[in-house]
Amino acid sequence: MKPVPFEYHAPATLREAVELLASDPDAMVIAGGQSLIPLLALRLATPSLLVDLRRVPGLHAIAVGDGGVRLGPRVRWRDIEDHGPLEIAHPLLQEAIAHVAHYQIRNRGTVGGSLAHADPAAELPGVAVTCEAEITLVGVAGSRTIRAGEFFTGPLTTVRQRDEIITELYLPFWPRDRHWAFLKFAQRQGDFALAGIALFYDEDQDGRVRNAHIGVIGACDRPRRLTEVETVLNGRPVDEVLIREAVEIAARTVDPPEDLHAPAAYRRALVATLVQRGLRRATQPRSV
Amino acid sequence: MRARFQLNGQPVAVDVEPRMHLADCLRDELGQTGTHLGCEHGVCGACTVIVDGAAVRSCLILAVQAEGSSVVTVEGLSTDDALTPLQTAFRKHHALQCGFCTPGMLTTAHALLTEEPDADTARVRSVLSGNLCRCTGYIPIVEAVLEARAAYRKTDKP
Repeated sequence: MKPVPFEYHAPATLREAVELLASDPDAMVIAGGQSLIPLLALRLATPSLLVDLRRVPGLHAIAVGDGGVRLGPRVRWRDIEDHGPLEIAHPLLQEAIAHVAHYQIRNRGTVGGSLAHADPAAELPGVAVTCEAEITLVGVAGSRTIRAGEFFTGPLTTVRQRDEIITELYLPFWPRDRHWAFLKFAQRQGDFALAGIALFYDEDQDGRVRNAHIGVIGACDRPRRLTEVETVLNGRPVDEVLIREAVEIAARTVDPPEDLHAPAAYRRALVATLVQRGLRRATQPRSV
Repeated sequence: MRARFQLNGQPVAVDVEPRMHLADCLRDELGQTGTHLGCEHGVCGACTVIVDGAAVRSCLILAVQAEGSSVVTVEGLSTDDALTPLQTAFRKHHALQCGFCTPGMLTTAHALLTEEPDADTARVRSVLSGNLCRCTGYIPIVEAVLEARAAYRKTDKP
């Protein structure tokens, strides 16, 4: 199917882009287009104007610093894959991004596009929520920064206003000795997750968990943390007894949707299995 | 709206509606029908072309977004009537039957091997997982791509 007719502008500055968005309530932003163009083709999105960010400078930087990682909205998946320092600065991000779609899509799909599209099964929103990332937006009223946990409000919906453009994703500092795992289950390689988990924790000097974070994708209406599981993990060493408890709580507290791909009970069981495998994986030493 | 880009090394300028994706532009406006359209929403990989050196799905990029880019289609892989080493390997390994997916397989594999001439079997399989083939069962395609690696190691442009 073909998209509905629309106008197209590729402004040279962020300010112009924001003003164009503000001028038309049915305008949409396009960056890589790897989520938006299928929506256009299926006529699930029918904008009157597309504002392309391809000519706006300064939106595709990856900055690794002492405070964490900052990603510009036009950073592509393959930029993250190819970025050597991220292997240490944020291995969870790199591992998660390796699961995004296919080769050709990873050559165009972007950070900002994925966040704004807000598919509940997408990898990057899950990493952002799990890691307590911050998302910066610029609109006609100025700039604001929102915690990822408050950015996503439901399937394909966020708090982003129509005139706002995502300008940065900030991921807090990642300690080198952190324990972590990213696991995803999909029916075919590159498909959206039926369920996936991102998790990490640190350890105190006695080997007890602190700062546990577990996020779920694909099995909730938006990426969500399993806070009850995090609570039970904190303060105890990870062993099979604790993993069993965590798995039981994960299965009880996750609230999966039901659709033609999988019944809710199946997704619930998947999350439980992934939490078990993820915690076991996180205890294993890594060679970086 | 006017879109200007390099197509297989030649400058082209074409008037298109903004909603026209690059695949339709190549096929219907520029007569380059080697690029095949299967699903038209980014699932099948048949329409893969190479934009600024990177394999992309031409149904997921608007023609107007290609402004200023270098686009290589399956027509641009060989410069004369001879088969490239990649195409020769496809023939030798019977890596096509109906041929519908073949342009996308060739452009994807060409982009991969140009950047990664030492790609191992797992990497080739992973990259080709974005291209559907309903005839071959994939194994001959993977074998052909693996065999073609040698030609990409010797020179940048086989």
